[in-house]
Amino acid sequence: MQFVDEFRDPKLAKHLVERLTKLMKNLPQFSAKNPLYLMEVCGGHTHSIFKFGLDRLLPESIEFIHGPGCPVCVLPMGRIDLCIEIAQNPNVIFCTFGDAMRVKGRKGSLLEAKAQGCDVRIVYSPLDALNIALSNPDKKVVFFSLGFETTMPAAAVTLQQAKRRNIANFWIVSQNITIIPTLRSLLSQDQIKIDGFIAPGHVSMVIGYAPYRELCKKFRKPFVIAGFEPLDILQSIVMLVEQFADGRCEVENQYKRIVHEQGNMLAQKAMAEVFQLKARSEWRGLGEIEESGVELTVDYRRFDAEIYFNSKAQQVADDPNSRCGDVLTGKCKPADCPLFGSDCNPDNAYGALMVSSEGACAAYYQYRRE
Amino acid sequence: MTDFITMAHGNGGAAMQQLIRDYFVEAFDNPTLAQGEDQARIPLAELIKCGEKLAFSTDSFVIDPIFFPGGNIGKLAVCGTVNDIAVGGAIPKYLSCGFILEEGLPLSELKEIIRAMAETCRRAGVQIVTGDTKVVQKGAVDKVFINSSGIGVIPAEIDWGAHQIEAGDKIIVSGTIGDHGATILNLRENLGIKTDLHSDCAVLSPLIDLLRPIQGVKAIRDATRGGVNAVLHEYAQTQNLGMQVHEEDLPMRNEVRGICELLGLEPLNFANEGKLLIITKAEKTQEILTALHSHELGKNAAIIGEVTDDKKVRVVGIFGQTRLLDLPANEPLPRIC
Repeated sequence: MQFVDEFRDPKLAKHLVERLTKLMKNLPQFSAKNPLYLMEVCGGHTHSIFKFGLDRLLPESIEFIHGPGCPVCVLPMGRIDLCIEIAQNPNVIFCTFGDAMRVKGRKGSLLEAKAQGCDVRIVYSPLDALNIALSNPDKKVVFFSLGFETTMPAAAVTLQQAKRRNIANFWIVSQNITIIPTLRSLLSQDQIKIDGFIAPGHVSMVIGYAPYRELCKKFRKPFVIAGFEPLDILQSIVMLVEQFADGRCEVENQYKRIVHEQGNMLAQKAMAEVFQLKARSEWRGLGEIEESGVELTVDYRRFDAEIYFNSKAQQVADDPNSRCGDVLTGKCKPADCPLFGSDCNPDNAYGALMVSSEGACAAYYQYRRE
Repeated sequence: MTDFITMAHGNGGAAMQQLIRDYFVEAFDNPTLAQGEDQARIPLAELIKCGEKLAFSTDSFVIDPIFFPGGNIGKLAVCGTVNDIAVGGAIPKYLSCGFILEEGLPLSELKEIIRAMAETCRRAGVQIVTGDTKVVQKGAVDKVFINSSGIGVIPAEIDWGAHQIEAGDKIIVSGTIGDHGATILNLRENLGIKTDLHSDCAVLSPLIDLLRPIQGVKAIRDATRGGVNAVLHEYAQTQNLGMQVHEEDLPMRNEVRGICELLGLEPLNFANEGKLLIITKAEKTQEILTALHSHELGKNAAIIGEVTDDKKVRVVGIFGQTRLLDLPANEPLPRIC
């Protein structure tokens, strides 16, 4: 298939792995016991790594750390409780992306709320939710806007349309978050085990190179922006390792067919009009991170479902036995968590990273449980 | 008579009698049904001529949407039950059909569904000989639900089933996987993906007729709900064996692959309504494949893997590494990014 098979060619993969093996032999500071730790920030990368078994193709002196770049994984339980509370209001149609449906809060998941009679619908785009509002003028339609800069522009454009058309029965719950403050927070931690980053391709398509350059310079960590096919990821690792071999520390772009230096200016403009940084945001497994979430600007605040439905912020503590934060920072592997595979499994996810199919624990559970 | 279903069509009175006579009896057109008794009366002698075991199966059909490219709920009900009988090696003979109709269903739609059932029965060589009709108030069901049961006869020399499966056997799929599941998903979720994709909904008994004479067929199932993955797990669990399939050998339409890539879904989990999963003796695999290839329904048949003794269901990926293939814990949901 065009644009798929070209990036899955086993011969090219073998060639890249051989190149990596050669490069790593010239970097004796990295070994099986003391590997080069590369963080793939995005859950899409984590999924590809496990689906295609890339971790098993690499030399033992390279190890992946599975990062926090999956919006579902880092969704706090209290936010789901808030969504269910809103969905339970009479005449509400609550719309969300498919992968948010199964995340459990204290009062269950949105999927369970639907089974109990709430009108919860899966949509594929925020615009679908706006169309539901247009065709159901007697209903109150709420969209759970979830995600990083990947989904934020579509939410922003939808709200611009809603404002322009003066739609009175449409609101959003904003759970949009930004990746850079989270990476900054991770890198600021003591004893961090990250040597370099496979940067998220889709987010980078929107934000461009500049935000990584600041992190790269401050923390002396190389970044390579990567696509999601197996050859994209392997080539990105080669590019990272070449930086170590050459003694360089830069932001490079492997995903040139999609990502441009300036990012998508139109998307950035729409986001800037609709969203503004929030003082603090809670991340499941990581706690509160400053300026990592967004809220609606004054001009768009009338679309804020939390204000309209007068919903109170809810906080639900993660299970104290779960080690989500340690997995996210490379301090342990999923199987080292006492809850992994027993109390915490895809059918009954306690921890952040088991919640989404893109989470590291879910990937280990699905592909590496023997 | 109105042009849509009303509660009167289910109350046992004149409207119901007229519906049964003018729609069901006329379309299904056979003397056993026409007798109008509370049960179908089937001469045993005719069944005994075909074999010595009766195969009996039932299934319910609640699909949304009820009309889709490649078929409708009626065709699906006949194909599903006929195939469930035939995969045991039986020759399908008679079906029953129970309809639960939602008040307000257009009679033209019901007629189209019945017409498809009658046509599919004729092609499959089976008769609908007994049935039932209920009407429920608007909202109590989604347009129409159909239950169909069927009987067939298994010839004396046939003993197909999971109990025959051993390590070393080969796994064959009779054609491209996931066509039905992807078609329905595209329609139901309004994905708006413009393709020529259509459901593979088909009566598979002509394909199975070709396999009956071949020694070495061990077990057959039609890979419906839960797809190929579900059948592999059922076989593995029943026999305490492992199943290994090779990703690059899976026959798949580009459209199905595209939808799976787009939404992050696993094609092995997608439903099929016209595909067989066949476990064969290794040395008979080529003969079986040749027989399948000789029929339109089996032209894309392929060997996709083998039975192992390690008790796991695995996929061998394109780079040669294996991964576990879990049964989905829940209904698969699309990813956002």
